[in-house]
Amino acid sequence: MRELVCIVCPRGCTMQVEKDGEETKVSGNACKRGAQFAKSELTNPTRTICTTVRTTFKDAPVLPVRVSAEIPKDRIFDVMHEINEVKVDSRVGRGDVIIENVLGLGVDIIATSDLLREAKA
Amino acid sequence: MLSYDVVVIGGGPAGLAAAISADKAGAKTLLVEREARLGGILKQCIHDGFGLVRFQEKLSGPEYAERFIDEFHKANIDALTLTFVTRIEKKSDGFHVALVNRDGVETVLARSLVLATGCRERTAKQVSIHGTRPSGVFTAGTAQHFTNLLGELPTKKCVILGSGDIGLIMARRLTLEGAEVVGVYEAKPTPSGLTRNIHQCLHDYHIPLYLSHTVTQVFGADRLTAVEIAEVDNKMRPLAGTEQIVECDALILSVGLIPENELAESLGVKLDPKTKGPVCDGQLMTTVDGIFSCGNALHVNDLVDYVSESGELAGENAAHYKTSARKMVPLESSGALLYAVPQCLNLNEDNSKTIVYFRSREILEKCTLHLKIDGETVLSKKYPFLRPPEMEKLVIDFSKYPLTETSKVELDIEVTENA
Repeated sequence: MRELVCIVCPRGCTMQVEKDGEETKVSGNACKRGAQFAKSELTNPTRTICTTVRTTFKDAPVLPVRVSAEIPKDRIFDVMHEINEVKVDSRVGRGDVIIENVLGLGVDIIATSDLLREAKA
Repeated sequence: MLSYDVVVIGGGPAGLAAAISADKAGAKTLLVEREARLGGILKQCIHDGFGLVRFQEKLSGPEYAERFIDEFHKANIDALTLTFVTRIEKKSDGFHVALVNRDGVETVLARSLVLATGCRERTAKQVSIHGTRPSGVFTAGTAQHFTNLLGELPTKKCVILGSGDIGLIMARRLTLEGAEVVGVYEAKPTPSGLTRNIHQCLHDYHIPLYLSHTVTQVFGADRLTAVEIAEVDNKMRPLAGTEQIVECDALILSVGLIPENELAESLGVKLDPKTKGPVCDGQLMTTVDGIFSCGNALHVNDLVDYVSESGELAGENAAHYKTSARKMVPLESSGALLYAVPQCLNLNEDNSKTIVYFRSREILEKCTLHLKIDGETVLSKKYPFLRPPEMEKLVIDFSKYPLTETSKVELDIEVTENA
């Protein structure tokens, strides 16, 4: 049995996960998302990352970005490396794609702020 | 002199929500913000997890703030940025709010005020650390500002003192950017931040958390070169012989937040020593008629969703504010509670959907919150656990009870099992 703390929401349920042959039994979770999280933690743990990319603009030297969907936990630093290679030189906005299909993981790096547009105005 | 129904001071999540809801309620509203951009601290909180309660989405700080900023601009509400409030005076015709900005000095008139001034981080000077005064000692919020807004990594190898949420978030953030976080040291025997942050920020990145440890001394002439760390006893006194020197170029503090109420105090608003925010009624009006409080200025929240909620409530009530006598009864909280907000009820108002925010003083398991009126329990709610870092919210219909100004209304927690 493994004990896990759910990171899906601030409630932070302590869950017990047990492998019973093919089946994974989860208890202690308050909702379905907790059970899903526990199962993925055992098989393919994934995380969201939020960071910044450099820009060429003096008024806003960095732009906040995140992954459009969760990525495998063990690829976090690979993705960080890719993001740190980029320099944004156009006034992109919130939701715009900065890197498409990063490292072929099927997720994009997207801007999370209208900062560059706001700064111009 | 420009005249407004409601002037909101502070353009963070509380102030934005307050201004939007005051405007919706038909009030002529002005929002005053000292920084160049609206959004408050969320501008630099680029991590996700905001809005789960309100939008059932995991938004980053800027995404959450910009939803409100977009709505604010769509409603065409007046805003003054890069503007400081220097003084407020209560006169017979309302509040005279003195402002200063690049255009000069100006006074605006307000029928009611919403103070959404947020909170401030406790600094190194407030936790008394011995030693030299080198650069490299800063709060987690300052480190966050450098990293996320200026794009400058403020450390290569650091120690974090305090396990507040911003400290945990910064431990992960600095690690992602290539800095080494030697460890997070917490003087208390339990972590201050949310449990999920201990897991997703520290455990995920193999950053050690040392409970009952503190920084006792800093070293370095120009820049910090090392800190001395010691174990502490249950009264947080350092234990002799446990000292160790840890080399680092930065000491990052995450040792608590304090509501910012300098303006409130200058207006004679009474503060609650437990929350360090104003004493408020169920409409979030302070002890001074016409002045409302919300967000982290009212009490330090752990979730922005509740900051927005209290902002909306304060804004709407500020819009509807009319001078009328209040009939007050205190809402007391027993020693088992760290605090409860509001601290009183105005019996002349509708209290059928009063939002009560509270925290327990200690980590408790299997416990029951009781609402007692004149010693008799009238409402009980069971909780599987209560943890001080995790605020609870409960909506109570006080109109059901025959309350008078002399009633003793108290919240208490009964424990079946202590963790």
